[in-house]
Amino acid sequence: MATNSDQLHGTLDMLVLKVLEAGEQHGYGIAVRLQQLSADVLRVEEGSLYPALYRMEQRGWIASTWGVSDNNRRARFYRLTRTGRRQLEAERASWRKLTGAVARVLEA
Amino acid sequence: MRVLRILGQRLRALVRREAVTGEIHDELQHHVDLLAERLEKDGRRPDEARREARRRVGNLGSLQDAGYDVRGGGRLDEVWHDVRYAFRLLQRHPAFALVAVLTLGLGIGATTAIFSVANGILLRPLPYPDADRLAMVWMDNARIGLAEDWHSFPNIQDYRDGSATFDHLAVFNRAGGTLTGVGEPERLTGAHSTANLFDVLGVRPALGRAYTDAENEAGNDAVIVLSHSLWQRSFGGRDDVLDQTIELSGRQRRIIGVMPESFAFPARDTAFWVPTALNENNRVSRNSLWLQAIGRLKADVSVLQAQADLARVNAGILEAFPQQKGYGIYVVGYHDQIVGAVRPAVLVLAGAVAFVLLIACANVANLLLARASTREREVALRSAIGAGRGRIVRQLLTESVVLGSVGGLVGLGLAWLLLRTLIGLAPATLPRLDAIGIDGRLVLFSAAVSMLTGILFGLAPALQTAGVDPGRSLKDGGRGSTGVGGRLRAALVVGEVALAVVLLVGAGLMVRSFQRIQQVDMGFDTTGVLTARVTLAGARYQEAPAVVDFYTSLIERTAADPSIEGAAGIGTVLLSATPNSTNFSIEGRPDFAPDEAVEVPVDSITPNYFAVMRVPLVRGRFFDARDSSAAASVVIINQTMARMFFADEDPVGKRIKYGQLASNAPWMTIVGVVADTRRTGYDAAVRPETYLPHAQSTTGSLQIVVRTTGDPTRAAPALRGAARVLDPLVPLSAVGPLEDELGELTAQRRLNTVLLSVFGVLATLLAAVGIYGVLAYSVQQRTRELGVRLALGASASGILALVLREGLLLSGLGLIIGLAGAVALSRTLTSMLYDVGATDPATYLAIAGLTVGVGLVACGIPAVRALRVDPVVALRGE
Repeated sequence: MATNSDQLHGTLDMLVLKVLEAGEQHGYGIAVRLQQLSADVLRVEEGSLYPALYRMEQRGWIASTWGVSDNNRRARFYRLTRTGRRQLEAERASWRKLTGAVARVLEA
Repeated sequence: MRVLRILGQRLRALVRREAVTGEIHDELQHHVDLLAERLEKDGRRPDEARREARRRVGNLGSLQDAGYDVRGGGRLDEVWHDVRYAFRLLQRHPAFALVAVLTLGLGIGATTAIFSVANGILLRPLPYPDADRLAMVWMDNARIGLAEDWHSFPNIQDYRDGSATFDHLAVFNRAGGTLTGVGEPERLTGAHSTANLFDVLGVRPALGRAYTDAENEAGNDAVIVLSHSLWQRSFGGRDDVLDQTIELSGRQRRIIGVMPESFAFPARDTAFWVPTALNENNRVSRNSLWLQAIGRLKADVSVLQAQADLARVNAGILEAFPQQKGYGIYVVGYHDQIVGAVRPAVLVLAGAVAFVLLIACANVANLLLARASTREREVALRSAIGAGRGRIVRQLLTESVVLGSVGGLVGLGLAWLLLRTLIGLAPATLPRLDAIGIDGRLVLFSAAVSMLTGILFGLAPALQTAGVDPGRSLKDGGRGSTGVGGRLRAALVVGEVALAVVLLVGAGLMVRSFQRIQQVDMGFDTTGVLTARVTLAGARYQEAPAVVDFYTSLIERTAADPSIEGAAGIGTVLLSATPNSTNFSIEGRPDFAPDEAVEVPVDSITPNYFAVMRVPLVRGRFFDARDSSAAASVVIINQTMARMFFADEDPVGKRIKYGQLASNAPWMTIVGVVADTRRTGYDAAVRPETYLPHAQSTTGSLQIVVRTTGDPTRAAPALRGAARVLDPLVPLSAVGPLEDELGELTAQRRLNTVLLSVFGVLATLLAAVGIYGVLAYSVQQRTRELGVRLALGASASGILALVLREGLLLSGLGLIIGLAGAVALSRTLTSMLYDVGATDPATYLAIAGLTVGVGLVACGIPAVRALRVDPVVALRGE
């Protein structure tokens, strides 16, 4: 059974990957998008976001390049890699399994 | 792939650290900016928004650190830091650094040099395409016990037609020739071969063409292919040299091709190639053994398979021609043929130099261990502030690897110097001499060896140092005990001594062996003798009387010079392994059975040859003026022949003839028996030999020997002058002291002995330094104890005994282990030893004495220092 922080890590990673599935984005944009998509429920701490991004980049799930943002600023953009896509699917599947199981237990 | 990418990332971070940290900073700053903007838009004041954004993004510093942890140099960073620290340490302790680097440089340099020799000789492929398919085919002559004898042409044809294992089989042999008409007449060594030699070797001429099968017919064969160096030397490298005619040994030949520069078959000095002239006689005669053979094996055929296959064909020949009995077949890979003889020596030297390297490593390890105790404090500190044991070990190992690498650089330079010296000293007969050199592979090898030695000698000290208990050593003030370290150091020194002893024994055996060889009585006196080859060619010397006249006049004129004691001539002084030989029969006895027939070499000599060479006469007389071409045929035999065939009677007066009884060779009367001479070398058996007077068996190529008092080269002008007067067009070649020619026989052995001795001495010096180091350190550690002893009244001899006992214990233990090891390992030397057993007691005893002596000397300085300890200072001080 994964520890709490591992599970937390894993969840954040999955969410970030999902956001990036829609397209390239920089760190701030990812945080904003997550907030939007979750109807303001999920607010990521910057202290967790960037280490997560760096970690996922090292694992090869996302790749980053310098680019120009909407307001013509230099920003580091992240995008999903093929490995990342696969990872996202895997995480999705395992999340569904987990929540399904939890729901069954709670409803029982 | 991922690993590579991460490695690349780390390397980049290493090299451009600020860029990477800057990037992380920029990224986070961007986030802060955007957040601040958003907060402003939500209604906050700009500076408040900024502060709030900052606060939310959190501790920029720790985020940056986290980012750098993932994106930055990581482990590589640590390694780079360790490397820089290691260099600083070396600078701070120059004496230690110098000693360590020099020791390592010596070990690594010698190892690289020798391994580069081994690489060139044993490993580098020959410069022919698919060279592993090339194989020499020899005639295994059981009649004279020679496994590598020459073939007759019909036999080779049968092998060629009947074998299933060869793609091509060509014949060749060396051919001499005098080149005239192009500058000075020059005596050249070349080769003749069948046209398919170039197919076998897979090399085509760089210019023009090689000869064809049609040109292998006697009469059609007036063509010649030049070597690159001959083309450059005598023809200026001109492109229009093709189709020109030159005169070789009085015969006109058309130049049809020039070989590439790297082509040198069968020997390095082969200057030309001509077609083997096959005539109706040598094409069918199975008795003329005059050809060597080399072939290209089919793919996937091994040498052994080829051997079996040709043996089968040979069996067929023996059935059809029973008088070929005793002639077998022997196939050997061409590379083996060339290097087989020196392989054992090269391997022994490689092993020896590896020993030297191990000893050097042990010495440096000892140095590090000695420093370990002084570094305890530093290590304890590191460990106290959080460095794990692994990290500390990694740091210490990095220091060793850096040390090893610096030593390796020094070693590489040393290796280059050593190689140049070795190549200069190497005998010209050393196979694959041209393949020896430092190339990229060797540099990599040297680098790998340096790093490995770094780890090797650094591991134990690193583990030992890192294992120090930080609390205890910090409290103790950094002067912890070195119990374990002391034992390790002692073990290392014992090991060093043992290795050095093994090397010394090996060297000692080789030296004794060499001495024995030099004491061998060759049978003739070679000191003060000049030799030169004089070959006559051309229309003037077609008839025997002209040839005899020339040589007789040459000898007379040369000997007329007052400084010359005498001059004479012979076909060749030293015999090759395959001399011109023939069987013979004795009058009054039946023919020898085919497998009993003994073949004897035949040499033409001028009458005074034995007198000039100081070979004693055993019976009868030497040749003299009586034995002219008109007189009865005479022959001189040597003692071995007399012993073998005339054991119970006086050979003088008996008659023999070459060939069988029915042959139409003339009967020759034996007029004299001379003492045996070792003409094939120190360790070859003496064969029965026959000699004929030059007047009766005239040859146009003689080796002239000139005896003089003092330096033989001073006789050269007299000889050259006499030759020039008689005929300025006759070339003299191979002019030099006869001793040099003999020296060539032992040149390789001499080189091996010298190298092994150098290694032995080097190893001994290093081991002595090792002993000294351990004892000096021990004395220093025991200063207090020695002070106490002296204060309590110990005598000087008592103190001396204390130190010496420790030293002798170390060297003694090492000696015993070394002697045991030497007994086990010296067996590998037996093939290289002459007349000396691998367990020769005298050598072992001498080395044992030497070791004890060196051990005592190494103890000397520490012992004297121990005596000088001032008890007051020792007891008071720390």
